[in-house]
Formats: sequence, structure tokens, C-alpha cells
Amino acid sequence: MSTAKSFDEINEKIRNGKAVVLTAEEVSRMSLELKPSEIAKKVDVVTTGTFAPMCSSGVFINFGHSDPPIRMQNVLLNNVPAYGGIAAVDAYLGATQTAMDRTDYGGAHVIEELLSGKDIKLKATSCGTDCYPRKEIETIINKETVNEIILFNPRNAYQNYPVAVNSSKKTLYTYMGMLFPNYRNATYSTSGELSPLLNDPELRTIGIGTAIFLSGAKGFVAWNGTQFNTKKPRNSLGIPVSNAATLSVIGNLKEMSPDFLKAAYYRKYGVSIFIGIGIPIPVIDEDIAKSVSVRNEQIETIICDYGTSGHPEIGRTNYKALQDGFIELNGKRIRTASMSSMFKARQIAETLKNWIKKDKFQINEPVQQLPFNTSLNSLKIRSE
Amino acid sequence: MKKRLILNFTEGNVEEPITYFLIKNYDLLVNILKAEIYPEEGGNLLMEMEGDEKTIKKSINYLKSRNVEVVNVDRKIHFREEDCIYCGSCTAVCCTGSLSIDKKTWKIVFNKEKCLVCGLCAEACPLSLFEVSFGN
Repeated sequence: MSTAKSFDEINEKIRNGKAVVLTAEEVSRMSLELKPSEIAKKVDVVTTGTFAPMCSSGVFINFGHSDPPIRMQNVLLNNVPAYGGIAAVDAYLGATQTAMDRTDYGGAHVIEELLSGKDIKLKATSCGTDCYPRKEIETIINKETVNEIILFNPRNAYQNYPVAVNSSKKTLYTYMGMLFPNYRNATYSTSGELSPLLNDPELRTIGIGTAIFLSGAKGFVAWNGTQFNTKKPRNSLGIPVSNAATLSVIGNLKEMSPDFLKAAYYRKYGVSIFIGIGIPIPVIDEDIAKSVSVRNEQIETIICDYGTSGHPEIGRTNYKALQDGFIELNGKRIRTASMSSMFKARQIAETLKNWIKKDKFQINEPVQQLPFNTSLNSLKIRSE
Repeated sequence: MKKRLILNFTEGNVEEPITYFLIKNYDLLVNILKAEIYPEEGGNLLMEMEGDEKTIKKSINYLKSRNVEVVNVDRKIHFREEDCIYCGSCTAVCCTGSLSIDKKTWKIVFNKEKCLVCGLCAEACPLSLFEVSFGN
């Protein structure tokens, strides 16, 4: 008997309040006792979650027109530059952009403050034109006064990420935290068996148009993320062992929650932003049942040395060891620490589960699959 | 019992062999964990004392009589846990195990008894939730 289910059948169950929804952690535990075919029959949707620093994030804002109007060319929000090279009162504020006068405050902080309903100082200048005669403006905005604030993140939700260690003789200040010399600590930033793209490694159910949990609201997968790479090596279960697929995601910032979006500052690295992403995986067949059942010990990732130029791969480990607190590298036991919040990742998977159970959230088939065959170009330095 | 204290010396009492008297007169097990002391200037010393409660109380009175300011170590560390997202960045740099993640709840556990007031957590926290001061 086929255990295959369509998206429509699953949505019908969600509407009737009969869908069986589990988090990826719960289904991983279930897999110790049940076979994939049994899980495929029993479970309809599996929810995932991650809450991690994702630098490639930002918001499009439309400020509304003043009288007389201005075509904002140079835009500052709380003294953080936003990109104004689009239409008159549209701008893009990137999360990692730092303020003109300090390095520990940036776009991410402005985005979090906007979301929290705080007032933000807007300053903009322009050369003045017949359509837009005003040359400068200085005012106060907040999320109620502006038209749209669209969170549009070009690269989020990395499918796996390498562990960082440091072989050098000095402490390194990185986006993977403070790395002590002589391999004295190791940091990682993936929620293991809860991580969205590790539960559907072939991206069969996730694609353009997939509805997702995005920082507390319903958002969507807009496109593949930048640096999307399908050529990364995979383990025997078909799971990439390093940073492979990525997602570009979009949603309405005004509907999001500051509980699931946090500005971050990493000393001597810069500003970043914690984004919360949860993706529902419909258990459409036995193969998907198998992939959502994956456990931390089965998900491997490479270890990279940030103390050597190019961050070469120097080993491999799995998420059970990472979460237990120690990894082995060349006979040495290294203490591990997470850079992403498992606490919040769990909260996200639970929240999404409850949304689906209460029919507040339906699953949908991708409008288009993500690419199957991509690799990365590096930037060559040349004069012609 | 064990107690971790920060002793603040001034220009006036920095030359006195106070640790010696703590050991000799109060029979305390004294472990100096960190010290920043400059002759003719004063400074701070992080000390772990082990002994019975009464003796520790007496020894603190002795320190106060010598004009040494005594501060419980946890009064020098402030952690705004209510804003914590429990990422784990602080646990990456905490060598004493004072900061750790509970593997069941995935929340940060802060055991101030193990803290050496090194201040690395304040450097590592991406949300700047720690304030640590060894000196004044």
C-alpha cells in the first residue's frame, strides 16, 4: 500500500484539525521505534527551527512622501546609512551596516528597534529635481508611520555549516565567536536535527513560494539563497556535510516579533542579526519520512581551521558530539559551544507546530523547485 | 563553606601582609585566583576562602578593620538574563565552566561560584548582556 500523501490531503487534515504534527526532534525520537513507512502513515507534518546570526538580511522601507517631496539619495536611520539608489522614498537597510560614528551599532539594531515600535531618526539628502524639489529632510519615523517594511534576506538558513576552530597562536574574533588559540574551543551554528534544510536534504518539499515561520510571522521562500551550492559533498544518508543550500526569504516585518529577531554585535567582527526560521516539512512519502527522522549523530559537518588562510577543512564530526559538548580532533578533546540558540530553535518548531494544529498555517507546494545543479564561482582579480 | 570575595586595597594598606594574617590567625584555606595590585597604589585581589561560617565572618571583620573593602564576587557580575536568547557564545569563552548550557532546557546556567571575573563573557556576548568589573 502506498503511503504517499498529497499537499492537498495534508491541508484537508489540517483544516479538519486531524493533522498529526510533530517537531523534528519528536520525530527523530519516534524513529528509534518506528520504521519510515510507519512514520509516513502516522505523521503529516514535521516542523523545524533555527535561530542563528544571519548576516545577509535587511529590510526594504517605504517612508511615504513629504510635501514638497524628496528623492532620498543619501539616507541615514539613527545615523546608519541605508541604500537609497531605488525609487524616491524606498531604501534598503542592511543588517550589517554600521553607524557613521560607532562600530557596535548598525542596521540590525535599527531593524530590531523598528520592529519593537521605537522611534527612529531619519535624515536624507538629495540634489533636488523638478519632480522632487526638496533637498533635505530630517524627521522621526516608526513602524506605524512608514508604509511597508519588507524583510528580504538574500541568504539565510544555511543547510549545515562548518565547525570553527583556531590553530593559530592568538585569539581570533570571528562571526563564529571568539576562537581561542591552539584549538582550545570549537564553535558551531546549526540546530542539528531541528535545522530546516537538513530535514529535507534534497529540497523536495521546499522551494520558491514555500510558506515558512519567519521571525514570528508567516513569510515565504522567495528564491534560492545566494551562494547556493548543490555540489557540496554528502554523507551516506545524502546529507551535505558542509554549507550547501541557502534560502532567500521574505516577509512583513511589521507582523514579526522581537522575540524572534535580535540585533547582535560581535566584537572586532561587527554587527549581525539573529533571524528565526521554521519550515514545515509535509511527510508526503516514505523518503521524506526517512529524511525527517534523521538524528544528530547521523548529521555530520566538517571542522574548519580559522587560524589558516582559506579556513581549510581539517576534520569531521557530528551534531551529537557537538551538542554533548566535546569533539575529538587529532586525538585532542575540544570543548564546543553553539552560536545559534537551540532554545529558540525549539520554540520556533513548537510555535509552528501549534499554528498548523490550530489551522492558522497551511502548507503549500513550491511554485518552482530550487536549482539542482549549482556550484560557486570565486572572485578572480584581473585588470581586463 | 567556600566564599569568593574581591578585596580592594588602598594606597594605605597595600603594603600589609593581610593574606598571611588571614591564614595564620583565622586558619582559613586561602586561594588567590586573580590579583591586580600595585605598590603605593592599591588594587584588587580575587580570593577564595574556605573555613567555617563564623571564622569567615570574623576574618571579614578583620579585613574591614584594616580598611580593606570586601565585595562578594557576584556583586561584580551582572547578567541581564531576561534578555538572553541562549545562543551559547558566552559558554565558548568561559574556561571555568561558570557559564554553561543546560542540555535539557538549552538555557544558560550561570554558576557565579566558579566565576573568575575574567570578563571574557562580556566580550563574547553578542547582545552585551554582561557587565563585569574586577576593579571599582
